[in-house]
Amino acid sequence: MTETQALRPHAEDAFSAELQALAAVDDRPRPERWRLSPWAVATYLLGDTLSDGTVITPKYVGPRRIVEVAVSTLATDRALLLLGVPGTAKTWVSEHLAAAVSGDSTLLVQGTAGTSEEAIRYGWNYAQLLAHGPHRGALVPSPVMRAMAEGLTARVEELTRIPADVQDTLITVLSEKTLPIPELGEEAQAVRGFNLIATANDRDRGVNELSSALRRRFNTVVLPLPASAEAEVDIVSRRVDQLGRSLDLPPAPDGLDEIRRVVTVFRELREGVTDDGRTKVKSPSGTLSTAEAISVVTGGLSLAAHFGDGMLRAGDVAAGILGAVVRDPAADQVVWQEYLETVVRERDGWQDFYRACREVSA
Amino acid sequence: MTGGDRATPGPLLLGVRHHGPGSARAVRAALAAYEPRVLLVEGPPEAEDIVEFAAEEGMRPPVALLAHARDEAGKAAFWPLAEFSPEWVAIRWALGRGVPVRFIDLPAAHSLAMGQEPGGTEVVPPGDPAGAYEPAPGAPSEQAPSEQVPQDGTSPADDRLRGDPLAVLADAAGYDDPERWWEDVVEHRAGADRTNPYAPFHALQEAMTALRETPESGDGQRDRVREAHMRLRLREAVREHGADGVAVVCGAWHVPALATGNPVGADRRLLKGLPRTKTEITWVPWTHRRLARHSGYGAGITSPGWYGHLFAAPDRPLERWMTRVAALLREEDWTVSPAHVIEAVRMAETLAAMRGRPLAGLAETVDAVRAVLCEGSDVPLSLIRERLIVGDELGEVPDTVPVVPLQRDLARQQRSLRLKAEARQRDLELDLRRDMDVARSRLLHRLRLLDVRWGEPVRSSTGNTGTFRESWRLSWEPELLVRIAEAGVWGTTVSAAASAKARARALDAGELAELTTLAERCLLAELPDALPVVMRALADRAAVDSDVAQLIQALPPLVRSVRYGDVRGTEAAAPAEVALGLSERICVGLPAACSGLDPDGAAFMRGRLDTAHEAIALFAQSRAEAAGLRDRWREVLRKLALRDRVPGLIRGRCVRLLLDDGQLPGDDAARLMSLALSPGVAPAEAAAWIEGFLAGGGMLLVHDRRLLELIDGWLTRVSAETFTDVLPLLRRTFADFEAGVRRTLGEVVRRTAHGRIARTDGAGGAAGAPEPFGAGPALDTTRADAVLPVLRELLGAEQLSGAAATLQIEPAVARTERQLGRAS
Repeated sequence: MTETQALRPHAEDAFSAELQALAAVDDRPRPERWRLSPWAVATYLLGDTLSDGTVITPKYVGPRRIVEVAVSTLATDRALLLLGVPGTAKTWVSEHLAAAVSGDSTLLVQGTAGTSEEAIRYGWNYAQLLAHGPHRGALVPSPVMRAMAEGLTARVEELTRIPADVQDTLITVLSEKTLPIPELGEEAQAVRGFNLIATANDRDRGVNELSSALRRRFNTVVLPLPASAEAEVDIVSRRVDQLGRSLDLPPAPDGLDEIRRVVTVFRELREGVTDDGRTKVKSPSGTLSTAEAISVVTGGLSLAAHFGDGMLRAGDVAAGILGAVVRDPAADQVVWQEYLETVVRERDGWQDFYRACREVSA
Repeated sequence: MTGGDRATPGPLLLGVRHHGPGSARAVRAALAAYEPRVLLVEGPPEAEDIVEFAAEEGMRPPVALLAHARDEAGKAAFWPLAEFSPEWVAIRWALGRGVPVRFIDLPAAHSLAMGQEPGGTEVVPPGDPAGAYEPAPGAPSEQAPSEQVPQDGTSPADDRLRGDPLAVLADAAGYDDPERWWEDVVEHRAGADRTNPYAPFHALQEAMTALRETPESGDGQRDRVREAHMRLRLREAVREHGADGVAVVCGAWHVPALATGNPVGADRRLLKGLPRTKTEITWVPWTHRRLARHSGYGAGITSPGWYGHLFAAPDRPLERWMTRVAALLREEDWTVSPAHVIEAVRMAETLAAMRGRPLAGLAETVDAVRAVLCEGSDVPLSLIRERLIVGDELGEVPDTVPVVPLQRDLARQQRSLRLKAEARQRDLELDLRRDMDVARSRLLHRLRLLDVRWGEPVRSSTGNTGTFRESWRLSWEPELLVRIAEAGVWGTTVSAAASAKARARALDAGELAELTTLAERCLLAELPDALPVVMRALADRAAVDSDVAQLIQALPPLVRSVRYGDVRGTEAAAPAEVALGLSERICVGLPAACSGLDPDGAAFMRGRLDTAHEAIALFAQSRAEAAGLRDRWREVLRKLALRDRVPGLIRGRCVRLLLDDGQLPGDDAARLMSLALSPGVAPAEAAAWIEGFLAGGGMLLVHDRRLLELIDGWLTRVSAETFTDVLPLLRRTFADFEAGVRRTLGEVVRRTAHGRIARTDGAGGAAGAPEPFGAGPALDTTRADAVLPVLRELLGAEQLSGAAATLQIEPAVARTERQLGRAS
């Protein structure tokens, strides 16, 4: 494996030690071809300290119920649909679920407007096809087909971006657990252990709405936005820490205050009201998700490390925030200015932040 | 019955969790095995007289025992019983076999007299006008009116006060939620321990004994007194029927106290000298929603519907539950197939297995329903919570149960008016042209006067605003019965009680506005007995009240009632007379009240001025005798407009009101404006005048260029320093205009930025003249005339000319014509 080389190692590689430790202590019944028991999968996602002292880091910070429902869904061999606004860790959860359940999170179909049926069923190697006619050797299986054959977990990202007719090829896969290959007069049957995790964006609903036949095949879990500012700060600093390490950024000693500030700004703008509930503010057009907050902070960290004095300061995050908030140059600019003038300027201890934002906005 | 296989020789002590279906089932099995000769139940002994009603056909749980103090009906306590309550099961069992039932708790006579103390009897807050039955969120916890007596020791809500013994037990078992622990250990013992029906009770008794040894858990003088009383009653029963002829059903918390012998003398000492009060007790219907913890008088369970289901389902509770959920969702047009139900059941079972629980509980079913049936959405889930998990059940009580006469009268009227008391909220549209609906409206208004808030008037959902329509939102809450008992002191029929209460309130009323509101409500409730008293009080009060603002505030409801009176055909002469007097007083007092006000006072008075203007206009339209009032009022306005000591804001407002009424001939408005804006006037004062004048619409400026020109001229004269002072005032004024008006005004000003604003000189659009933006320089009368027939048609002025006075059509048409005419 190229763990040290990869820019972003797969979940099963990055956390292989944790997975092994879990497997070692896990004595509960496992569904066929699962690497871990459902209980251990949930523990892997939610974090815990094992009886042998291994610390499992939390991968998902949020209601326990959500993870339990997701894992139980996979255990009942129903497909799982993760819904949520952008940046609520849908892909992250799906990757870790696949890694924990099947030990392989790479069987991935990325949904786009151009995703074709071949990406979900199978394609052909045309050289082989011309040379030898249709036969199994000429068939190029899709990730879904491979997952079926090996009893693994397949993932479909951004399901609602896939055109509706292509989406519906999943119906046979999910209900009959089989993939007909009419060209060969054969079919590929799924073996036990196969399942599918799809993610879709709440905001994109209606882009390609799932047909009710397909929808019926899924259990739906909605991933919420972080419940409180503290929880969000926790998520952001944890992720920033991990990202910073993988990018070899030097650790910033005093980052937490700045992170709290970024999270506060994002929450206030997103919810349209200040944290103390006193002042209404306008919301910009962007989603301002936790994921964006994370990227603002990492961006700020790298600015601080390479061009600043190594401390994360208001100036380092200001430009990033501006970029995240102002998506629509006309409308969002006004929203941001208003927010700066009415909320930020008056707030105690935020003067440096206010000045930094003024500087970049000007 | 010899207790051959009995584990203990003494009386059978059945410690239960109130409203626990598992407890209820266990109690039934234990009683059937033990066959006691007398049954003792935790509850007020006063209820022994009425306990046999529980066996009657017409009695359907959920019901509650309601005890209230005879002289102070608001002081009341409830003992709710659901179908799945162990006490209810035990009582029914005993009544079915002719076994006498005794209640052994402290008599309500004492507990009500002892009143509130931490964890004490819940007392209904004395009739507050807002009718706020629900305790405010965050109210002190001893106020949280949890059903007290059969409650303590088991409901987390109540236990939090007393150290929550169950939470301690649940904690020890590794549960984060005591309710779930109880569910797993007791409620879900699906058929286990069949061989020994007493086993769970012994285990509980041991656990509670251990818990009670910890000093900090559960305490309170009240508990000790209650338990002393229980012990005395228990001894008495044992003396009569022998130790093995007695069974006790009480909260698990009390079992250890009953098992240990305490010297009789000590118990009697504890009970000595308790305060007491005369009480009445009866059965009242209860609702599932009231049993739930999050509402008033909750019994501490969040899911009565679910418990009811667990108790009633003969087998496969999970499958049956999911089928009910599916049926409910289908009813609401949410597609749910049997395949969905199958998957939901599998999902719930898998979740339970994963969480290490023996059976899927409520938490698992809710999660499964959300993920499988509701597509992750919480919206249908809240419906399920409302209708199934909590449920709409409203209990029934047979007619033979003794009640206060007022309630009997109400029940009779409910029957004759076909208005059924329902727990679910529903909307009622009344058409006051129909006798039945008038009677219904009357009843609801009377109940409102009595603070029995069964119905609340709402804005019509169909958007119908006709004066013969009335919309109500009805929702029957069991506490209303307390209110009725409370209102019983006023009379024996709804009508008499409402009259008596209105009269009493009229004599006590402090503020004038309160009296006029009362008068309005008397008219609506049709209380001819009360009205004269209220009117006299009103007239007296108005005569001595020197605060004009108060007088003004009192006027609109009175004027409204004069009009309603007309619609309903009730006599409105008396209120009209009072309203007339009130208006006269306002006309006299207003000029004095308006002089020498500071800016805040002026702003306040401006609001009152508008109120008075509207009310007087309406009044003058409705009654012939008030016709002269209109002129008097205009006279007042004119006087105010010209008086120097009156603040600019009010002067401006008066000019505007007069102008809108067509009372300023020719150039008067412009003259007054130029006067107010002349160079000698302080700019701030002038800006306030403008604010008063333009409040509520700037269309005037678009049409009348002279006025705009005056403002424009004044504004250019204001010096740079003072400009910053008046800017906020002007900004406030102009910001209130509609966007369209603002834009048009801006256009007009921009176009003429280099010269003067084009003058409306009445030249009739002379050819060659540069055409200003928007409207022409003057009105094109031929085109304007073409509009008039349509306008008349729209307003129905011709057909309705008789009713025009009521409907305010004539002034509108007249004004339009006048404005058009003036411009031409």
